[in-house]
Amino acid sequence: MNVPSNVDRAAGMTSPPDLGEGVTLREPGALRRRLLVNGLRLLLLVVIIGGWELGARLFVATKEAFGIDPFFWGQPSGVWAQLVTWVRDGTSQGPLWEQIAVTLEEAIIGFAIGVVLGVVFGIVLGRNHFLADVLGPYIKAANSIPRVMLAPLFLIGFGLGIQSKVALAGVLVFFIVFFNAFQGVREVDRNLLANARILGASNRQLSMHVIIPSALSWILASLHVSFAFALVGAVVGEFIGGIQGVGLMVQVAGANFNANGVFAAIVILAVVALVAEAGVTWLENRLVRWRPNQATDATL
Amino acid sequence: MTQHPTRQERPKGTPVNIIMSDPAINPQDSKSQSAVAPSAAGIALEHVTKRFRTPKGQLYTALHDLTLSVAPGEFCAVVGPTGCGKSTTLSLISGLERPSSGEVYVMGNPVTGIDPRIGYVFQTDAVFPWKNVLKNVVAGPLFRGVPRDQAYERAHDWIARVGLAGFEDRYPHQLSGGMRKRVALAQTLINEPRILLMDEPFSALDVQTRNLMGDELLQLWSASAASVVFVTHDLEEAIALADKVCVITAGPGTVKGIYPVDLPRPRNVAEIRFEPRFVELYQTIWEDLRSEVMISYERAKQR
Repeated sequence: MNVPSNVDRAAGMTSPPDLGEGVTLREPGALRRRLLVNGLRLLLLVVIIGGWELGARLFVATKEAFGIDPFFWGQPSGVWAQLVTWVRDGTSQGPLWEQIAVTLEEAIIGFAIGVVLGVVFGIVLGRNHFLADVLGPYIKAANSIPRVMLAPLFLIGFGLGIQSKVALAGVLVFFIVFFNAFQGVREVDRNLLANARILGASNRQLSMHVIIPSALSWILASLHVSFAFALVGAVVGEFIGGIQGVGLMVQVAGANFNANGVFAAIVILAVVALVAEAGVTWLENRLVRWRPNQATDATL
Repeated sequence: MTQHPTRQERPKGTPVNIIMSDPAINPQDSKSQSAVAPSAAGIALEHVTKRFRTPKGQLYTALHDLTLSVAPGEFCAVVGPTGCGKSTTLSLISGLERPSSGEVYVMGNPVTGIDPRIGYVFQTDAVFPWKNVLKNVVAGPLFRGVPRDQAYERAHDWIARVGLAGFEDRYPHQLSGGMRKRVALAQTLINEPRILLMDEPFSALDVQTRNLMGDELLQLWSASAASVVFVTHDLEEAIALADKVCVITAGPGTVKGIYPVDLPRPRNVAEIRFEPRFVELYQTIWEDLRSEVMISYERAKQR
């Protein structure tokens, strides 16, 4: 598998997961190593959360001489209490699950639109060199804009509802998927193309049997990053102007100097992102079964 | 195996610098050969020149005034130093590339695009990594619109013929290099090509596997009556397999000499190289090839 050469890192371009290393669990000592890794992971969590909590309590106990000021930086027990409150009593905008559902809805719709458009444009422009030459400078220019800046524009255009967030999430996702699909099409092995043509493939068959399967591992690799970007789009959109959603919860918490609330919202978003990431990995393993080493444990 | 008549033409004034050691294995004298209509040959390249534009914008001549013909059912090996345009020759015959000047004929017709009667086995793995063995082999007939059940029936038959029965649902990465080559062979031969082009197909394999694959190729070829152009840098392999060996000069490539190989068939690729006649042929052709290899080597050093 080729590592992307002229990668556009700004667009969040990712290379497909490395296929070189396989992790087999049948090796002797593998179980012990696994236990060790998981143990250390847990220890790290305990040290960080525990240190933070201790620091915060120390600050109160030493009468603000040293430690971490929980007013500005929150404290884990406070975050937990906030989460419990939200789950039990709901947020100031309504029940918690409703906020999560709204944000997820925006992210998923934006993600779907961005992925479909990105894949279609990437493949069309990847195959059509003339069109790619014509549109190239504009795409580069559009890509160099920090696209979060479009949020106020979408807010004016689409209003405070869900559409403006979907649009922002879609734009963020589009460019990542587009560049990956484009590169994936351009990186198709010339030998495979020549072979398919000689075996008798028509242009359409060339796309279906060679170009799309080949670009698929690039596209799928980009999905890992792009769902995270879809969440960013949705949250930032809500942040700047919304009536519901986790982003608004963050905004409200911040405006009320509720540091624990900000962290609690971050925790919720992190859980949502992790679940989505697991979904993408599952999808990837189903779609690219042919790959030497499937991305099971390799994708962090 | 009878010796096929070879129709080698040489443009007037081209020096014929071949060491004449044994009259029996001399390349054909250009003057005694009358030009044969290209329609009689399976493959004919006539005064073909191919130039490429390098990334720096300069013109690079890969082939210069190359004339070669291969009779129907003939196995022609093409040897030459690296970078002499051997692969370019194949892409011209296949229709993947067009010559800058000159004409290429396949079965009497000028090549204008990819001819469905052509099969091409590539140097590198060109089997589709996302298709299993069965789907790889069945791809050609399906692309060409053969009904599904008929196509699959033929695919199963070819998988068995190349000795891969039982591996239908494996993906290429689960196979050894030799097995992947068998998949490539079945994938190409299932289309029953009249012209089979092979670009150093076995160069990535170890010597034992290479010999085995050579034997299998000869067996499959003898049942098919296809014309073969087999590009290789390995002179032993060329002599062991072919009816005639064509030596190409260091780039820009042109035909330096054509040597009929009058070894009996069926041949055993591993053992035939102990035959005195094989050694004789090898020495003669090597004399011719060596100077070209040296030129190419010197050039590479200067770079």
